[in-house]
Amino acid sequence: MRQFLEGSRAIAETIKLCKPGVISAYPITPQTHIVEELAQMVANGELDSQFVNVESEHSAASVVLGAVATGVRAFTATSSQGLIYMSEVLFNIAGMRLPLVLTCANRAMSAPISIWNDHQDSISLRDTGWMQFYAENIQEAVDLHLIAYRVAEDKSVMLPAMVCIDGYILTHGIETVDMPSQQEVEEFLPKYKPLYKLDPREPLTMGPLADPDYYMETRYAIQETHKKEVLKLIPAIAADFAKTFNRNYNGLIELYHIKGAQKVIVAMGSVCGSIKQVVGELRAKGKKVGLLKISTYRPFPCKEIYEALKNIPKVAVVDKALSLGSLPPLASEIRALFFGKKQKPSVISSFVAGLGGRDVTKESIKEMLRQLNTKEKTGEFIDLKPELLRENYE
Amino acid sequence: MFGPLIVKPGTSRKNKTGSWRTEAKPKFLHQNCIGCKMCILYCPEGCIEGEEKNTYKCDYSFCKGCGICAIVCPKKDIVMIKEEEKE
Amino acid sequence: MNKHLFASGHTACSGCGQSLAARLVLEASGPSTIIANNTGCLEVFTTKYPESAWEVPFIHSLFENSAAVASGVEAALVYLKKKEDIHVIAQGGDGGTADIGVQALSGMLERGHDILYVCYDNEAYMNTGIQRSGLTPFNANTTTSPVGSQSLGNIRPKKPLPEIANAHAIAYVTTATVAFPQDLQRKVKKAHSLKGPKYIQVHVPCPLGWRHESSLTLEVAKAAVETGLFPLIEYENGKLIGVRKIAPKPVQEYLKLQGRFKHLLKNSEALKQLQEIADYNIQKYDLRAQAT
Repeated sequence: MRQFLEGSRAIAETIKLCKPGVISAYPITPQTHIVEELAQMVANGELDSQFVNVESEHSAASVVLGAVATGVRAFTATSSQGLIYMSEVLFNIAGMRLPLVLTCANRAMSAPISIWNDHQDSISLRDTGWMQFYAENIQEAVDLHLIAYRVAEDKSVMLPAMVCIDGYILTHGIETVDMPSQQEVEEFLPKYKPLYKLDPREPLTMGPLADPDYYMETRYAIQETHKKEVLKLIPAIAADFAKTFNRNYNGLIELYHIKGAQKVIVAMGSVCGSIKQVVGELRAKGKKVGLLKISTYRPFPCKEIYEALKNIPKVAVVDKALSLGSLPPLASEIRALFFGKKQKPSVISSFVAGLGGRDVTKESIKEMLRQLNTKEKTGEFIDLKPELLRENYE
Repeated sequence: MFGPLIVKPGTSRKNKTGSWRTEAKPKFLHQNCIGCKMCILYCPEGCIEGEEKNTYKCDYSFCKGCGICAIVCPKKDIVMIKEEEKE
Repeated sequence: MNKHLFASGHTACSGCGQSLAARLVLEASGPSTIIANNTGCLEVFTTKYPESAWEVPFIHSLFENSAAVASGVEAALVYLKKKEDIHVIAQGGDGGTADIGVQALSGMLERGHDILYVCYDNEAYMNTGIQRSGLTPFNANTTTSPVGSQSLGNIRPKKPLPEIANAHAIAYVTTATVAFPQDLQRKVKKAHSLKGPKYIQVHVPCPLGWRHESSLTLEVAKAAVETGLFPLIEYENGKLIGVRKIAPKPVQEYLKLQGRFKHLLKNSEALKQLQEIADYNIQKYDLRAQAT
């Protein structure tokens, strides 16, 4: 049913339809609306769930870890500092192969403290073993949560998934969303049946100490699951999703006006909406530009991206995060996947935009496309204010 | 594919820690035992068993030779002997 | 051969007070128990892959989060309507409880979960090599509170964690020791009989860290109680309902058994300060037995 909804409300309604038995969260802007909505649903008796108000994000993640380990579907949401405070537990959840879903309302990292959007929080946790999905709009945010639970709980996967939603832009934005029904969700997402759980009838020890004879295989196993199972499963689940909900995703990447494009922008998250608008306008003027949107960042769909970009002359990669002291994260991975390949773009320029909530405007996007006409750029900041750099404290 | 994640209960029994003993081991004299079960209660290894008095024995394949049983026995019916002596 | 819920073959040191206490706690709790355990000696010596000493469901996640993981376990059991039949225990050592895990512990106590938290107090970070914790006693010699020309050891007395737990207005707070196993097991059973959060701090000598013979574990533990340095107390709903009465012995009787206090025995000023701590406990909890 089509509804005009705030992003957080739409996500909360979706989580409700997934019927998590335990929800635990600690408030942090801009995640708050999601968990406030869920708390109200529990308070109203609309959602049968244990809502555990904790004293920190570290404990929020630990509570849902304990709940999933006991065989119950669980949910948490956070942002920025909260996500990084959880990070120790997040490595643990993936290492223990517990299929949790977490919403990350993407927000910049302190210092300086900023409540506004970029991708530094979730990108910094790309190596935790979690799957990471990035939503372009509220509809996708809704749909990716359903897909996330389905992939995470698949018996061949059993890994946690993070759905990354641009803070404010999507959490507080209002759009018309086609909301799924309870029946549709139950058709698509079966009840969680754990492979292993804490149960006195069949006692198991979870989280043992692995010495050098055993540790490496646990990490190898996660890597193989990402590379072999998840990359194969996501398009299949997306096809299944289309059958139930009548919305088509590839799940890994989306190609927008790639055919015959001379210049293609690679990006993740809500900025893709603005890029699509610019691409549409330029295409109308006969300019051959396009967009490659990455929906699944972990596992990284190397093959799909390679196939899509190998014949594109010029590529611009937009990062809303940094790896300070090195190449921006997304750009370094896009460049790496062409290493040693014969067919590849002649230019892969890397741009940094939208840090700490600075608007990425249509003009910002056009500027990147213009800069593709010059020599290859690496980590070029868009919309930087050089006059602010003159502060001196000597 | 999951790797080493889950351990079956009670599997530590495969690990025969009795090999750790270097100096002393308990000897149950079975002379003055009153069946108080203090030795069972206090054994950090949980490797002493028995029901009736003068039936208590220790599983030497786990006993680390700490000597606590000999100390808690109110009748001094357990003594620590040299590892190489016969129990 | 044995049918204990806590199996032999674990790799604790000979004479380990914590392994003994863990078995006593579990046996008093019974097979229908789920345990969440902090990182530390207990977790390491019982769950080295592919072996486990536990015959009940057991989960180890991190150093500081057993109270929060147990909260999740308990919430899941409530959701599944299985909580009535299952005891949930969160446990850890003194560092994992009083220092790095104190926030998660406080959260668990404040939220009212039906969980028993067991702190195995061996008074230092033993798993990493005897570094001082918030529960290390005054003037104890540890690897990070070493004795030297400018130092007599740990500079602060033990953090009063049972009092801190009790300040959360919870169902039951008590201290126990491996020296008195029946008392410990009675308290564990009592804790499980009460609904809501419960906290037990069990004094567990560490022969390696405290530097005493492994056969002396119980005598050392007993001396801690008899000197007043580790008072056995019981709070129910915030009210002190019982203490173990003692005929107080001088603190030297406890200190002289252990290498970690050896440097104090000829230092009358230091001894006086430790005696003051014991005297404070004796007075505060009215530990002194009436002469008959």
